[in-house]
Amino acid sequence: MHRNRVIATVILKNNIVVQSIGFAKYLPVGNLKIALEFLTLWGVDEIVVVDIDASKSMRSICYDLIKESARKCFVPLTVGGGINCLNDAKKLGQSGADKILLNNLLIQNPEEVKNIVRYFGKQFVIASIDVLLNDSGEYCVYDYFNKKPLKTSVESHMNFVQQLGVGEMILNAVHRDGTYSGYDISLYNKFEPFATVPLIAQGGAKNANSMLELFEKTKVKSAAAANYFHFTEHSVNVTKSILHNKNKNVRIESAADYLGAKIDSNMRLNKLEDDVLEKLLFEKIEIEKI
Amino acid sequence: MSRLKIAIVDYDLGNTYSVKNALQYLGYKVDICSCQKKIEKSDFIILPGVGSFKRAMESIQRKNLDKILGELVIVKKKPILGICVGMQVLGDFSEEDGYCEGLGWINGAKVKKIDPIDDLTTPHVGWNSLNIKNASIGFSKIDASSHFYFDHSYAMNCQNSNVTSTSEYGGTKITASIQQENIFGVQFHPEKSQNAGLKLLRGLLERTEVLNA
Repeated sequence: MHRNRVIATVILKNNIVVQSIGFAKYLPVGNLKIALEFLTLWGVDEIVVVDIDASKSMRSICYDLIKESARKCFVPLTVGGGINCLNDAKKLGQSGADKILLNNLLIQNPEEVKNIVRYFGKQFVIASIDVLLNDSGEYCVYDYFNKKPLKTSVESHMNFVQQLGVGEMILNAVHRDGTYSGYDISLYNKFEPFATVPLIAQGGAKNANSMLELFEKTKVKSAAAANYFHFTEHSVNVTKSILHNKNKNVRIESAADYLGAKIDSNMRLNKLEDDVLEKLLFEKIEIEKI
Repeated sequence: MSRLKIAIVDYDLGNTYSVKNALQYLGYKVDICSCQKKIEKSDFIILPGVGSFKRAMESIQRKNLDKILGELVIVKKKPILGICVGMQVLGDFSEEDGYCEGLGWINGAKVKKIDPIDDLTTPHVGWNSLNIKNASIGFSKIDASSHFYFDHSYAMNCQNSNVTSTSEYGGTKITASIQQENIFGVQFHPEKSQNAGLKLLRGLLERTEVLNA
């Protein structure tokens, strides 16, 4: 059975993982290698790494950092930031990326996007579209590179990038970035009908409830989150166990699945009873040998 | 550390590093290469795949890999695993980018566009479970409920006797893995399917070790 996806987005600034708030403020989180290893162990379905200063500083992403960090990442890894040509895409494939994420290049050099798609096939390329809700309550495409909205509408930009041949699209709600106010449900309901390739929602996730709401109220089957996964223990497995228990069709394959755990109103794990913990002290849990 | 030497065929396409990484994690000696000597010395060949069928075939032919691999796989019966488009090129032809001929090693295998009956979109991307038809080949260590990561718009149609597992997407059946003698193919990405994928690679490679011993 094909499953809904829970995707972790990892944002890199100065080669450090950061938390992003409204595309403006950044808090340091830590080391990329550790983030990728833990997210894999926690059973996340995919990881997207974005270097947010690569394009702006006119440099490539640090290939060696990706190489070194991907060593214990055994789920699909998408890498974006500073990709300007087919050659950059090839180098990423040789450095641990399974797919690439394009944003600025879609606007600056659509022909090169076509070249990348012709070479690697459409399934290799994810388009990232930043959407902003402006003061008059309209959705527009935000060009983060020039820090202004594009003149083209969201649906025509979606059509445009789909014609270039991308295989997936992330609709990133910039106005929800780092707000913990949940996904922008009306955004996805409005634009999902224009998607002819799988669509990924991103921006505003607070906890499992945000993903529950997304899967219940929209047709989007993939939910990406960045910040909250970093700040609670086993955030991914706890999220997926809650989604699973509500029949939201997710993959459960982590050693710690938390299917029977007690969860509080903030969707965090409750501490186990003392006598249960006491017994755990004497229980040997073998690490699965492959 | 196993003594098995694995050659990952470098034809400028695909996530070669991810495949190498997974195999090194499992303790194998791995070389990413495209020269005859190195591939010849290996015990197991992997044809990785992230790319379009046409580009894959062009690269294979440009590097003379069709002849090199043909000799080793068809004549000398060295085991090979094709992943994703690396499996698809083992077939007769693909409809991708018009029409393109493959290596033609899997009898009667054709690669056609996935056409979901439900309103699902392509590519078929994400995690899917398998319907395992032949558990003895590589799947011996895998739970029936395991999921694997797929990412493709085209899929292989071939003789039932060559199909070792299938998957279901949008109401259509997809060939998930194939086998014909020493030739193995998986449509999904075992290198990126967490523990289930690593176990599949281990199963296939252990089988080779037993046969070589």
